[in-house]
Amino acid sequence: MSAMFVMIIASLAIALAFLGAFLWSVRKGHYDDDYTPSIRILFDDSNSDETKTKPTDIH
Amino acid sequence: MDQDIDSIAREDAALKIAQNTCYHCGQTCSQDTITADEHAFCCEGCYHVYDLLKVTELCDYYAIDGSAGISPDKSFFEGKFDYLDLPEVSAKIIEFTDGRLSQVSWYIPKMHCSSCIWLLEQLYKFNPAIRSSVVNFPEKKVRITFEPEKVKLSELATLIASIGYEPYISLNDIAGEQQKKWNRKRLYKIGVAGFCFGNVMMLSFPEYFHLGKDAFDESLRSTFGWLNLALAIPVLLYCASDFFKSAWAALKGKYLNIDAPIVIALVSIFSLSFYQIVSGTGPGYFDSLTGAVFFMLTGRFFQDKTYAGISFDRDYRSYFPVAVSVLSGKAEIRTPVTDLKEADIILVRNAELIPADSVLLSPQALIDYSFVSGEAEPVRRKKGDTIYAGGKQTGPAIELEIVRKVSQSYLTQLWNNESFSKQKEDQNKMLAARINRYFSVIVLIIATLTFAFWFVILKNPETAFRAFTTCLLVACPCGLLFSSTFTNGNLMALFGKNQCYPKNADAIERLSKINTVVFDKTGTITRSDDAEVAFIGTKMTDQDLAMVKTIASQSSHPLSRLVVKSLAHIQCGTQKLSYYVEASGSGIKGSLGNQIVKLGSAAWAGEQKNENDLGSSRVYVSIDGVCQGYFMIKIKYRENLPKTIEALHNHGFNTYLLSGDKPTDQQYLAHIFGNDAHLYFKQKPEDKLAFIATLQEKLHQNVLMVGDGLNDAGALQQSNVGVAVSDDINNFTPSCDMIIDGKQLSRLPAFINLARQGQKIIKASFAISLIYNIGGLFFAIGGQLSPVLAAILMPVSLISIVGFTTIASNIAAKRILKN
Repeated sequence: MSAMFVMIIASLAIALAFLGAFLWSVRKGHYDDDYTPSIRILFDDSNSDETKTKPTDIH
Repeated sequence: MDQDIDSIAREDAALKIAQNTCYHCGQTCSQDTITADEHAFCCEGCYHVYDLLKVTELCDYYAIDGSAGISPDKSFFEGKFDYLDLPEVSAKIIEFTDGRLSQVSWYIPKMHCSSCIWLLEQLYKFNPAIRSSVVNFPEKKVRITFEPEKVKLSELATLIASIGYEPYISLNDIAGEQQKKWNRKRLYKIGVAGFCFGNVMMLSFPEYFHLGKDAFDESLRSTFGWLNLALAIPVLLYCASDFFKSAWAALKGKYLNIDAPIVIALVSIFSLSFYQIVSGTGPGYFDSLTGAVFFMLTGRFFQDKTYAGISFDRDYRSYFPVAVSVLSGKAEIRTPVTDLKEADIILVRNAELIPADSVLLSPQALIDYSFVSGEAEPVRRKKGDTIYAGGKQTGPAIELEIVRKVSQSYLTQLWNNESFSKQKEDQNKMLAARINRYFSVIVLIIATLTFAFWFVILKNPETAFRAFTTCLLVACPCGLLFSSTFTNGNLMALFGKNQCYPKNADAIERLSKINTVVFDKTGTITRSDDAEVAFIGTKMTDQDLAMVKTIASQSSHPLSRLVVKSLAHIQCGTQKLSYYVEASGSGIKGSLGNQIVKLGSAAWAGEQKNENDLGSSRVYVSIDGVCQGYFMIKIKYRENLPKTIEALHNHGFNTYLLSGDKPTDQQYLAHIFGNDAHLYFKQKPEDKLAFIATLQEKLHQNVLMVGDGLNDAGALQQSNVGVAVSDDINNFTPSCDMIIDGKQLSRLPAFINLARQGQKIIKASFAISLIYNIGGLFFAIGGQLSPVLAAILMPVSLISIVGFTTIASNIAAKRILKN
């Protein structure tokens, strides 16, 4: 029945990984603006050079 | 004036006339139209932007949202942003720099649609030194990354201004504290609390379903216990740290705030659970602890998010320009206003705000004080007159000599009034806090009696301790706190849906106690953007009207502008304006072809009888020396004003009118307000403040002040609830407790009524949570509160309270705000 303890540790580890992913996304600014990206995605890419409209945060 | 005639002549020659909508801004081109590439433009500004976009191949702009462009600000002039290059200014504005790349984040108030987002993110096409620009639409900000060696800050600002999106940079950005950035910490805390809560719940499940007594179950129980403890520690120390800080800050100020009982409850739950785990006597109550913290954090987060875009605490620094032109010799140097000294000579252009008290050096000036005094018409000042800060020059640029520094000027002195330093939010006075105080005392007494009963009479110290702590725990005021937080939070959302934005929950509570309503006049109960204009006299032909329009459109006087606006249906002729003159204080004169047209006062137009009517302004018209009649210009009041005041009277409110203006329309207003004695005219800002203070102190009234301008700022601050009226909520409003959309002002009585209903709902939900508390206490006193019961009672009471307050306040809002 010691499998139980392994399972508990595994489940906690997975949950921790998700928490880490959430913290990372907040840190990268994914939650700073939850409206503009929804508009931005609808714009057609202009035919010219590489469009640099992606957020380039240099913090 | 020569310049004007010149430019008119040039325009006339180059432009064809077509009745159309502007390809750039979508407005009807009523005046001279510019035609280019088969598109019509309403003004030169719009055409320039189009031209600029065409050159950079950005005409896709028009394909996104139609003609959604913005005409650039007419008051823009070369060198306006030069001050941004001063090292001390740029250091405050640049968010980040590594020498090679810099980043600024500018507030663009005119951003309004998806085309705006698109264009502002294409800035790099205008200038390759701009690396990228990213828009944050909800905050109306654009963050620009650029190479400071290749493009100056001033050039950057000028570029954005030239396509219609002038950045708003206020003195606050430079002199004041930087506005707090969007707080990512809160999200971290919610994330951690959610993670811990979820896992604690999972690990507590076996306990709810009764683990057995054998060795394996025992070892599971202790493992789960220790894991729960480990998960609860970050929740208590990290996630709940704001509650501790706020409670401690209040305690240092010698009062108990609403966070104090939360902290006591959290600490007592934690210590009891800690003891149970360590001694192996029980599973603890970590599920309740982490859940409570998680729910409280999310509740507060959503409450704050709704309000991210609205700023309530503004002082004069948000209104003042950052820099003005100082003249030294012939040179013009843009200087930050904070650096202005006495005897400096400044140049103030059309529509620029005068930052400090000064003496006029130019022969004359036309100062618009509507911002400070509420007086709608600009006043004329002669050389040598003192001009107070806060006025705006209308007309050609003027020179002024500074008499007092910005911080000592008359207008800024208003902010030194004590009403600005006093905090209105006294959490002690809030309903929840008051009930809590009694509640806490009663709970403490019950817990002590229980303890004494078990310890002294039944001689059972262990149960005594357990009963004591569970009493405190189950009667935790969380339920009570939730009821007020959620009711007020939901009410704030409901108010917001109806374009009325209270600053915080406390403002709603204070709103429910109001019994006197004081209105400002100009811009509050009148429409600032519109007026009734009627022509009275001999009927003029369209050709005559076209001449009148051409001449009136030369002047920047507000009355001329209203006349032009009323003649929107008239086409300006192609005739050249051969002569134009503006005589201050009397009117304007011009000639078209061989006819001379005069607009202005009765004497100017050659009219003998001059009936003085306070209710309206008149612009007389004469053509070739024959008076044709006059334009009667009347202030427009907001629709439903009489109904609103009547509704307030019916509900038993006292109403007053405080106006900075001269007594116009006294009869009409007396009729509406029902009493002549409640109308006060020619009130200076400090008079308004004093009047409110008198109402509060002498008559013990709870006063709601409705105002719009800087001249009401003192009164708004002094009143119990200060409501700022704005036709665009993203515009700048003075510091206040509530911002209301101009169109919703007629619903003010309904909003007050809803706030009152809200207080009743809070009391009712208190009663519900009390039932749960009493039920829980019953078990706790008996020393039999099991973790299962606690785990069930807590969420059930929470959900039922949240459900009740949400449903009840929605029903109340529907009933009250339905029309």
